[in-house]
Amino acid sequence: MDFSYETLVAFSKSWGLFYMMGFFLCVCVYAFWPRNRKRFDRAKHSILERDDTPWQK
Amino acid sequence: MLANLTSSERQNALILAGGVTLVGAVMAIMGRSDVLGVHGVIVMLFGGVVSWMVMASFYGPEPAEDRAASYYDDPIKVGIALAMAWAVFGMFMGVWVAAQLAWPDLAFDAAWSSFGRLRPTHTSGVIFGFGGNALIATSFHVVQRTSRARLAGQVSPWFVLLGFNLFCVLAISGYLLGVTQSKEYAEAEWYADLWLVIVWVTYFMLYIATIARRKEPHIYVANWYFMAFILVVAILHIVNNLAIPVSWGHAKSYTIWPGVQDAMVQWWYGHNAVAFFLTAGFLGMLYYYLPVRAQRPIFSYRLSILSFWGITFFYMWAGSHHLHYTALPHWVQTLGMTFSVMLLVPSWASAGNALLTLNGAWHRVRDDATLRFMMAAAVFYGLSTFEGSFMAIRPVNSLSHYTDWTVGHVHAGALGWVALITFGSLYTLVPSLWKREGMYSATLVEVHFWLAIAGTLIYVFAMWNSGIIQGLMWRTYTEEGSLAYSFLDSLVAMYPYYIARAFGGLLFLIGAVIGCYNMWMTVRAAPLAATRAADAPVLPAAVPGE
Repeated sequence: MDFSYETLVAFSKSWGLFYMMGFFLCVCVYAFWPRNRKRFDRAKHSILERDDTPWQK
Repeated sequence: MLANLTSSERQNALILAGGVTLVGAVMAIMGRSDVLGVHGVIVMLFGGVVSWMVMASFYGPEPAEDRAASYYDDPIKVGIALAMAWAVFGMFMGVWVAAQLAWPDLAFDAAWSSFGRLRPTHTSGVIFGFGGNALIATSFHVVQRTSRARLAGQVSPWFVLLGFNLFCVLAISGYLLGVTQSKEYAEAEWYADLWLVIVWVTYFMLYIATIARRKEPHIYVANWYFMAFILVVAILHIVNNLAIPVSWGHAKSYTIWPGVQDAMVQWWYGHNAVAFFLTAGFLGMLYYYLPVRAQRPIFSYRLSILSFWGITFFYMWAGSHHLHYTALPHWVQTLGMTFSVMLLVPSWASAGNALLTLNGAWHRVRDDATLRFMMAAAVFYGLSTFEGSFMAIRPVNSLSHYTDWTVGHVHAGALGWVALITFGSLYTLVPSLWKREGMYSATLVEVHFWLAIAGTLIYVFAMWNSGIIQGLMWRTYTEEGSLAYSFLDSLVAMYPYYIARAFGGLLFLIGAVIGCYNMWMTVRAAPLAATRAADAPVLPAAVPGE
């Protein structure tokens, strides 16, 4: 298993780029998926609620 | 503190503490006259004191009330106290080493107090002692509140907190005794590193287990940052500290990484220590305490998700910008430089998100010094990430590297961002944890704020001037083509800036001492609040545009 420098560079310049772009797209889809809006809105408001005890079911 | 533990949990605690004492004894025997032996004795003492404390209330009454009905705050309280104690220690050491640069006689001609040994006690003291304890304490608080669930362990939070502090004690006492791996932010030797792995893996499992218990369906974004902090620091720590000790009875070890790979691994570690220890965790604080204090939800939750993944993925590649113009392959340097510049996007997204959250509540920023701490932290975060991206560009780095500019940049981040967000968070957290109406003195918070700001600005401006003068003097040539200034010439030119820097640091230290006093008086003196309503601003949550 001996990789040459050129092989590694070619690999990272192609697949390294694609996986980052793919990952970026996934994150964007997750963040902007319309059905997630309600969940995010709830998350950002719920930390402001005052009760200071754990929820018991 | 043990009143919350059942008798079987007390047994476990005693077994753990006894085990640590035993390990200390083995280290002391194996190490003999080596520093390892000294550290064995320290571990024994530490384990012994904890065992004694467990035994002292071993047969106390069992916890009466249902523990699942309340959050577990005892380790958080101790964590805050430890963080502030380390802050004073670490910042004092910082002022001392800064003063040594201006007045070298302050080393008093002893080996342990020489600059090279004291400097890591400052860096480890503030980063791990102050920052680490503050992160552990606030992460325990945030994960419980945002999950609406109690910590998933009774003994493990104590193991994490005390175990981490044992690591800090071993690291820092080792520096004074002359033990070091000579790796920036990873100076502690192999046995302390192994111990930290155990502690840190426990921390991660505890955090995940608590998240798994959550009653909220969604994991709030602050927890993502804390989890990234814990997970990545574990990976970094293990990879960078792979080393082989010269013997089981000796403190010295040699890294398994050879030559330039060692340099690359070290700065992959070093820069990600900045990214995940000093940024991700503190962004976790920002995303929780700033909205809570301002009583406004975060401006854009989506943006916080996007910047989270941006920061996590870009930072991993930025470390090689510490090795511009070295034996490191040119393309690796370019890679680090590119990712460092790209990092500006998620960094400014976070800083902007924080400031836009405050948009519409500026009157509260004006009136409330605690909120102002966090606002200033977001501003310094934006400034120092911009500066960092800029300095990572290779030609800029040719001027800035090895000069005080780097030191100034680090402190713009460490004082202006990390310490300010921590103080803001702690001033929010302390009254709430101890159920007080507010801090003992709002005026003292105000005084602390201005001391911290003045200290940071004096420090950073001194180092900017000093660094750029230094960089220019080192690259000025005469007409004959020889260097115009000797190193000593540049050192003489630094003198006034070194004095200014020590003064700025002193102001910051005084602020931290005042903060300690204020927190102490809050815990001791302020009356119990009838309700928590009086502490936080009363206006209902307003929703900014999104």
